[in-house]
Order: sequence, then structure tokens, then C-alpha cells
Amino acid sequence: MPESALTAAAVIFLAAILTNNILLSKFLGMCSFIALSRNMKTSWGMGLAVTFVTVCTAMLNYAIYYGVLISAADAALQGRPAPWIDADLTHLAFLVFIMSIAGFVQLVEMVIERFSPVLYYNLGIYLPLITVNCAILGVSVLMVDPDRKFDFLATAAYGLGSGLGYLLAICLMAGLRAKLEHADVPKALRGLGITVIITGVMAMAFMGFTGVVDL
Amino acid sequence: MTAVPVGGQESLLKPVTDGITCDNPVLCQALGICSALAVTGFVSTTAVMGIALLFVASLSCFVVSLLRNVTPHRVRLIVEMLVISVLVIVVHLFLQAYWYDMSSALGPYVALIITNCLILGRCEAFALRNGPVRSALDGFGSAMGYALVLLAISLIREPLGHGTVLGVQVMPEAWLPMHLVSGPPGAFLAMGLVVWLVRTIWPEEEPTEHPEAR
Repeated sequence: MPESALTAAAVIFLAAILTNNILLSKFLGMCSFIALSRNMKTSWGMGLAVTFVTVCTAMLNYAIYYGVLISAADAALQGRPAPWIDADLTHLAFLVFIMSIAGFVQLVEMVIERFSPVLYYNLGIYLPLITVNCAILGVSVLMVDPDRKFDFLATAAYGLGSGLGYLLAICLMAGLRAKLEHADVPKALRGLGITVIITGVMAMAFMGFTGVVDL
Repeated sequence: MTAVPVGGQESLLKPVTDGITCDNPVLCQALGICSALAVTGFVSTTAVMGIALLFVASLSCFVVSLLRNVTPHRVRLIVEMLVISVLVIVVHLFLQAYWYDMSSALGPYVALIITNCLILGRCEAFALRNGPVRSALDGFGSAMGYALVLLAISLIREPLGHGTVLGVQVMPEAWLPMHLVSGPPGAFLAMGLVVWLVRTIWPEEEPTEHPEAR
């Protein structure tokens, strides 16, 4: 089916939020999801921070992967422009990705601290947590899958969609947990148990989107 | 120092048993849940993931502990990440070279061992303050606790979702695979049930032993 790059990116964007939600279908970012979904304000801050970092690091890692790490032969095979360095360094991808994420988060932290103390105060505590958020590394690892054939625009759309999907899920969960405060949950289920089970019900609800758009 | 008479052997083993029982990373500290849910569709992928995590956790705790006196405090996170990612790359390349099917079945989740908070958590909380051998055993114990919980979840999910255990048919021929259990919702629900079961039998105040640790 011939479609423009923009349509493809829009489809990927929607699919990443609804049908292929990074949290509910790929289980990425669960640790921070469970730890931080206790109240809406925290969830909102974490969701926004994750979205921002995911988009930026997905684009950054895309440039690094296809500009440096991939070998010229593989790039030609996938119909991409030749990389700057012709050497197959893709086995270092994980290491380079996590370093670029850690470096980017550090940089953002310093920039925000310098220019917007208010934003730093609100967002600052989440930034160190983001480095070890599997959702962000997950997006970078998933986007270089040769079967997906993402171009730059698609990568940006995938990063943005995944981040917003995480934001949606964590905010929904914060709302549910606020109601749960007044519910009579069995003692052994409180905390981790009930949160995981509710997430399962949410995942079931999101399965209703199956077939609407596909990645 | 307290005067508790503890034999050398016992005190060495304590981190291991703690990791499996009262400090179990998945059930008590809610760490490492991402991959706990993702790979438990089949018993075989779960076992490989567990072994990979045992390897990475023990060795990274060992190395981080060796480096603990020469690592400046400010850059310790980066150093820990570097150590962990190198070990994960080793596992990834090994699987790609010798067991390609398993490598594709695990997909991105091998790479995501890097961000498994369990390992970083043990490095931060234990390996930075203790000797290399104790740290390695502590990492091993935590990873073992993690692996056992995952095996329990996968032993629920594979028979119900596919009718098999380790690829061998265990359910009656007429068994209809439950797609809900093999899909994402089943992962969350099975995990919730295991947590519920364990915490009912051993309430949080005095968790002594897990059913899988018998």
C-alpha cells in the first residue's frame, strides 16, 4: 500500500499510544509505573518527563545508530545513506544507547537547573529516575529493529507516541488508585498485588483497540 | 560488631537466602517487573532469562564492588551502567551466536536487563559497601529470587495459554489455548495472583520462605 511518510508516521504514532502501548503491551517502564502512580501530580510530572526524554533520545540514538554504528553494507541493504564510519559497531548499540540516554538526561538536568529553577523544582526529582526507565531504552532498542524500517520521522513519531502512551497509562492508574484508597482491598493484595491486577484489567481494555491501527 | 556467633559459611550465605526470601526483589521490593511480565509466556524463555540475569547480576555486583574504592561518588551511576551493559552485550552476543531462536524469542528484553532496576539496586545498595565475594553472592541471591518468581508465573501461564510445559503437551488434547493468558493481561493477572498467594501465606511482617524456595 503506497502511503506518504507523514501518513506512516501518523499511524505509528497512534499505534504506539493505543494498540502497542509501551507499558500495557510491552511491559516497559513498570517499575516507575508502580512506584510513582500513587498520586496524580507525581504521575503527570513523571509522564511528561518520560515523554520529553523518549522523543529526544529516540532521535539522538537514531542519528548515532544510522550515522556511526551501522556498517555501510547493512545501510545499503536497508536503502539508507552510507554512515560516516564504515565499520560494523552495532554490537555496541546497547552500551552507546544507555550512555547517550544517561548523558542526555544529565545535560537536560543542568540546562533546566540553570534556566528554569521552577521547572527544575517540579521535574528535577524524576530526571535521575529516567535513566533507568526501561521504556526509554526500550524505544531505542525497538526502533532499530531492521524489520520495522523506521525513517527519522517515524522514529520521532514512535518516540512521542510511546511517551504519551506511558503518560496516559500512568495517569489513568493514578486516578484509579485515588479511588482505591477508600476500597476494602484484602490485606495481602494491597500495594503491589492490586496495582498489577488493575493494570491487567487496563491491558484487557486496551486490547479492545486491536485492529484499529497496527504498527 | 555484635557478638552473634555466626560461622563464616553462614554469613556468606545470608545474602543469598535473603535475596530469595525476605528481600525478594520482585515480590517485596517491586523491582525488575518489566521483564518479569514479558518473558513468562513460556517456561523455556523464562529459564534462559533467569540464567542470564544470574550471570549479569552476580558478575556486575562483583565488578562494581571491586571498583568501589576507586570510583568517584559522582560518576558511580555511569560506571555501574557501563559494567552492566558490557555484561549484557556478552549475553546478547552469546545467545545470537549459539541459540539464535532463543535470542529472537527474547527480543529486546535481553537488552533491557541493563535497565533492570534489580541489578542497579543491588549495586547501589549492597555492592558499594561490601566486599566482592559477598556482593557477588548478594547479586546471585536477588537474581535467584527473581528467577524463581518468574518460573512460578510461567508455570501458570504456559499450561493455560498454550497447553504445554517446555513445549510438551500437558493439557488434554481438547484444551483450547487461552489467548488472554498468553497475552499481556494474563501476565499482569498471573503476577498479581502470585503476589497475593505469597503474601497471604507469608504476610509482609515476617516473610520467611517462598513456595518456590522449598
